[in-house]
Amino acid sequence: MSETILYPRLRELVDQGAQLVEVLPEEEYADEHLPGAINLPLKHLTAESTAQLDRRRAIVVYCWDAL
Amino acid sequence: MSPRAACRLDTLGFEHVYDYLPSKVDWLARGLPTEGENAGQTRAGDLVRDDVVTCRPDSRMADVRPRVEASPYSFAFVTTEDGTLLGRLRKTALAADPQAVAEQAMEPGPSTVRGHLSAEKIAARMTQGELNTVVVTSPEGTLLGVVRRQDAQAAAGR
Repeated sequence: MSETILYPRLRELVDQGAQLVEVLPEEEYADEHLPGAINLPLKHLTAESTAQLDRRRAIVVYCWDAL
Repeated sequence: MSPRAACRLDTLGFEHVYDYLPSKVDWLARGLPTEGENAGQTRAGDLVRDDVVTCRPDSRMADVRPRVEASPYSFAFVTTEDGTLLGRLRKTALAADPQAVAEQAMEPGPSTVRGHLSAEKIAARMTQGELNTVVVTSPEGTLLGVVRRQDAQAAAGR
């Protein structure tokens, strides 16, 4: 079950080597994204597209805002 | 959108999934670095001036007024000890009863913007609204300072 986090926890996870995943469309990712984040748009979250993620490490997803 | 993405990863069998709910706007509002074609653009957070007068809710107008007169602005902000923005003291309030305390005299909940707004958007908003300053707060509501219209316009190349 996924866990909702705020910035302080994000910082900890990133420092521990978490994988950052921006789920916005490609254009928005290309415009600006968090350092080291990869782009897996929500519409394309499939078993195939997520095969590149390391299942042993934490995965943090984010979009534009909380709305 | 991120809660749905986190849920989707759950259903795909991933066990260590976290949803950074405040997302990119929160990151940008903290002035943290980014990557991408538009990374590094000037934002409100880069233009903030922290030379505005602040006081506590129990401050008396008699004490705040001279500090404001010596500042580049005609107003002051009322904050808690940890810097959370509570209200604004306008010129008229400052000129009224010298014994009044800030909590009584302030205009509560002034409009604010977050530091992630681009200089261009800030400049457009200030020009349209004929605003000389906008107030910038952190995602937690802490006062960061103000952006002056001329600074925003210069950064936006207007």
